Amino acid sequence: MNVHDTLFWFFSIAMLLCGVFVIANRNPVASAMALVLMFLFMAGLFVLLEAFFIAAIQVLVYAGAVMVLFLFVIMLLDIKASERRRFAFLGVFGGIVVAGAFVWEMRIILSQPVIPLQSGNTDLSAGLENVVKPLFQHYMLPFEVTALLLLVAMVGVVLLSKKDLK
Amino acid sequence: MMLELLGHLIKIAAVIGVMLGFVAYTVMLERWACAWMQDRIGPNRVGPFGVLQPLADGLKFIFKEDVLPHHVNKVYFCIAPVVTMIPGLIAMAVIPWGSNLPIAGHVIKGVIADLNVGILFIFAISSLGVYGIVLAGWASNSKYPFLGGIRSSAQMISYEVCLGLSVVPVFMQAGSLNLMKVVEYQAAHTWLVLCQPLSFFIFLVSAFAETNRTPFDLPEAEQELVGGYHTEYSSMKFAMFFLGEYAAMFVQSALMVTLFFGGWSLPFAPFNAPATELWVGAVQIGVFLAKVVCFLFLFIWVRWTIPRFRYDQLMALGWKIFIPLTIVNILLVAVVLALVAK
Repeated sequence: MNVHDTLFWFFSIAMLLCGVFVIANRNPVASAMALVLMFLFMAGLFVLLEAFFIAAIQVLVYAGAVMVLFLFVIMLLDIKASERRRFAFLGVFGGIVVAGAFVWEMRIILSQPVIPLQSGNTDLSAGLENVVKPLFQHYMLPFEVTALLLLVAMVGVVLLSKKDLK
Repeated sequence: MMLELLGHLIKIAAVIGVMLGFVAYTVMLERWACAWMQDRIGPNRVGPFGVLQPLADGLKFIFKEDVLPHHVNKVYFCIAPVVTMIPGLIAMAVIPWGSNLPIAGHVIKGVIADLNVGILFIFAISSLGVYGIVLAGWASNSKYPFLGGIRSSAQMISYEVCLGLSVVPVFMQAGSLNLMKVVEYQAAHTWLVLCQPLSFFIFLVSAFAETNRTPFDLPEAEQELVGGYHTEYSSMKFAMFFLGEYAAMFVQSALMVTLFFGGWSLPFAPFNAPATELWVGAVQIGVFLAKVVCFLFLFIWVRWTIPRFRYDQLMALGWKIFIPLTIVNILLVAVVLALVAK
């Protein structure tokens, strides 16, 4: 087993363990921190795929921004109350159904013939261009429409969170 | 392969060693500068002119009693100082300390990881530093640390946005996110502070806010919050928060030097191009560190000169002034670059 494989198994197993920890833990802060660790290990997997840009964005957006806000809200909650919470059996059942459906779906996808990587472009300097060029040349319109939708959602949130509208 | 790995390990050890040394002596510099500005003598007992003071401080921290209050969440209380300190050390991996060091036919690069998304890597890693402060505030399980932690996380998230947006024009002009390429561009053309003064100013102010330094040190405002998020800490755990703050200062200084002040280059030959001889490479590393020290001194100088902002002023400055300004700046630079390209 070479270094690459060892790292792949390390990141994957660590990621799965963290994922289990997120749902098995009763303390919301511990769950949130496990989720942050999971994002970091996932970024490690992206690095192994030489997708440095995606890895950096993964850490920057999910671990660095989204989860900090989550933690911020969780810290203001009553932790003791949620620690006393018992397992909801309906929730466990629903979770098993969703996970089973996902595994079934993955089996179908993995049984398809493998598509080899297009062109042997492993030039690291092309990493960012590979992401940006298609985005701003081929998919310019969908990209801008997405941006507009996000803006609308943001304005909506600001409007909803105001207590008294003038 | 083995030799290459060994070379990398030596480089990592050297960077961490030099950086921790600088951090220790920045604390020393801070005490000297503050004494000088307040017309006192300052530390002068340990060794000639007190230069061994950081060693004595370190020993003192190690031998102090490590108090673990009974009301804290022990795991997170112990992890928090480590989480604060580590990101600063990791972020140094992509900052170019020098151009090359040609030794006996081998050319050693002046950067540990010559990453193409260098600046994104730095922002990603340093955005993790806020967890340490948030966790410290929460795990301490008492009022003042909690308020300090809340203030700090809000402040750091807000100013991260300013920091990220303010450097966009730099990379638009240099044409690469690779920090080594940015420095080479500046060595070949001109220092970017001359072309992007507004970018630099916003970055400088945001860097002060991001490192929780005066005039934005509200998370640990003594008069209001005792010590803020590290009120409950003692001994080496407290020292690690301290080291984390100064390591973050070092990273921000190094980043300002790299992005705006030409990194390892000087604007005359033979220092304005990647080194082909050993002594040129060595001098360039010295030039980089000298520039960093200037910025570290600026951090200290400001701390002992300017009073603290109010919290609402801090937030208004970030969201209502800096973010719109940076967006206008990006737009202007884009228009100018497009016109020049024509």
